[in-house]
Amino acid sequence: MTPLAHYLILSGILFSIGLAGVLIRKNIIVVFMCLEMMLSAANISLVAFSRAQGTEGVPVYDAQVLALFVVAIAAAEVAIGLALIVAMFRARKSVESTAITSLKD
Amino acid sequence: MIQNLPWLFLLLPLAVAAIDWLFFKKCACCAAALSILSALGTFGLCIAYLTGLCTGTPDVYTWMPIATEGMPSLSLGLLMDPLAMRMMLVVTGIGLLVHIFSLGYMKGDTSNHSRYFAGLSIFMFSMTMIVLADNLAMTFIGWEMVGFSSYLLIGHWFNKESAADAAKKAFITNRVGDFGFLIGILLTMGVFGTLSFSEMGTGTEAIPTAVLTATVLCLFCGAIGKSAQFPLHVWLPDAMEGPTPVSALIHAATMVAAGVYMMVRLQVSMGEGAFTETACLVIAGVGAITAVLAALMAVQQDDIKRVLAYSTLSQLGYMIMAVGLLAGEAAMFHLYTHAWFKALLFLGAGAIIVRCHHEQDIWKMGGLGNRMPITTVCFLMGTFALIAIPGFSGFFSKELILDAALEKCPFFFWVGAGVAALTTFYMARLCIITFCGSARAHGAEHAKDGGFTMSMPLLLLAVMAVISGFGFVADYLVPFEGFHAHGFELGLPFYVSMGALVVGLLLAFVIYGCGKRSKDPLSGNFISKSLRERLYIDKFYDKGIIGILQECGARTIEFADSAIIRGLFAQGAAWFTGKIGMLLSWIQGGSLRAYSLIIGIGVIFVIFLLAYTFPSL
Repeated sequence: MTPLAHYLILSGILFSIGLAGVLIRKNIIVVFMCLEMMLSAANISLVAFSRAQGTEGVPVYDAQVLALFVVAIAAAEVAIGLALIVAMFRARKSVESTAITSLKD
Repeated sequence: MIQNLPWLFLLLPLAVAAIDWLFFKKCACCAAALSILSALGTFGLCIAYLTGLCTGTPDVYTWMPIATEGMPSLSLGLLMDPLAMRMMLVVTGIGLLVHIFSLGYMKGDTSNHSRYFAGLSIFMFSMTMIVLADNLAMTFIGWEMVGFSSYLLIGHWFNKESAADAAKKAFITNRVGDFGFLIGILLTMGVFGTLSFSEMGTGTEAIPTAVLTATVLCLFCGAIGKSAQFPLHVWLPDAMEGPTPVSALIHAATMVAAGVYMMVRLQVSMGEGAFTETACLVIAGVGAITAVLAALMAVQQDDIKRVLAYSTLSQLGYMIMAVGLLAGEAAMFHLYTHAWFKALLFLGAGAIIVRCHHEQDIWKMGGLGNRMPITTVCFLMGTFALIAIPGFSGFFSKELILDAALEKCPFFFWVGAGVAALTTFYMARLCIITFCGSARAHGAEHAKDGGFTMSMPLLLLAVMAVISGFGFVADYLVPFEGFHAHGFELGLPFYVSMGALVVGLLLAFVIYGCGKRSKDPLSGNFISKSLRERLYIDKFYDKGIIGILQECGARTIEFADSAIIRGLFAQGAAWFTGKIGMLLSWIQGGSLRAYSLIIGIGVIFVIFLLAYTFPSL
């Protein structure tokens, strides 16, 4: 049985890659994908905890339910977020995050 | 019930004023008729009480039952002693004649007559309150009310800026005196333990002299304001901006005499012991200064009403001087005679002014003697009484004051004699210029006597001006024990006042000839100029006191407004928030990545806090 730490390390690596992408990249689509990656990292750790906390091969279902919620919400978020990105591209002819600073000026 | 009839003295004019004001705004005739009826009613009531037709003491109403220990409760009561009733005769009598005269005077005037007659009625109410009040609190109410009605009537033609200013000046100057009066009333309450006139005057010996002096002098402040004594005399000449009948009633016969009446009333009820030596000296001194200054200023006035106004000031100075010399009966006697002849002079002047198309400059009159015979004769009767020609009323009362002065303090006697000479001089000047010679302006060429409503009051007043000094009238008018009007007594006062009379007349005739001159031969030099400028007292008040006070006050308020309220609170707060906003605005850089970095750091920080600092959470 794979120890819990391995899952958590994978989850941490995924989260860090996602966070780095959010902070570094300009392209909003990529930022968006990185956000999804961070959610997935969280999901992995949730499921890992669920299994590790289980007794006699029966996992704790609470965490798995939570993971399912996250997936559902992420799907909804994707629907809205992509729509916003399409609308933004129509308005600005660009999907760079540096192009939307008009509130500052 | 019947013994409460005297309350009508107060209620009748008050009700009429209210009705005039509220219901007859559009109907001037009704308002005038009502006011005259109320004046007639109070006059009749006064006669009824004087002749003994009605008697009885009216009920006293408790107004404010404070009733703690040592504090009297304030009551409303009428004191109908002979002193008050004689004064009522003057107030209602002259009031009635002035009401009637106003009909003629205001004819053709476009202002609102209802307002005018309502003002007259409310004045009659307030003056009655002063005269009949049985305690100082009630006097004070009347005191303020006459000030208010005087304000209304001086400012009757409020469209004229000078009239509005004069009304304001009269009211505010009086407030200065009233402040002292109020302190005096409180002192009286503290010292005597009562405000009621009939209960004062007991235990005067036990009170320290300094306290008594302070009390009397504070009360005298009220008289200084209301009777226009130096240094608060400045409002009276300006008050001549009001309609002339108002000047006759309020600013010559009754209201300005209220100060004298009040002082005599105090002297009677507190006893002469309460008037300490210092207080008497101050009172007499103020009276003498006023008499002299006002007589001097009257010499160089060109406005017929202003000459009379300064003459009123100077005669009031006489009366106050008599009060200070503890000669209350002489003061009251002069008050009575002066009320009649000065009202006559003012009404005469009013008739002249109306007939000369509202011209008040005596140098634009002239030769009116032939064209207005009735007015002229009446005016001359008043003048003779004022300059104390033997046989006219003013002669007897002035003699009495001079007698008292000679007996108590000869200095004041000589002051009085000098003022008498000046009085003769300026009145002779006025009469020569107005009535002799030929008309100097178009208005005076076609002047003629007024109608019945104007001539009748003049004639009645002229009769009173002549006879009110005679023994049988005077003994009745002056209700002091042992008072007997003077006959012709040869003595120093008689010779001196005759000398003053002759000197004044001679000087006037020598300088002004027979009214042929068209300008004042005395004018043009420095003395004349300063007399015309009222000895610069008004200027000093304007520029000096009011200017400095206003400047200081304005600057303080300006500082509070601009520096503290606007600077610190309004602009300071805006500046502060603005600066904070500028400082923090770099955070809102518009960079999405920077935002998310900050959010990330924030999340990590919160996790750190939760995990390590507050592990219990």
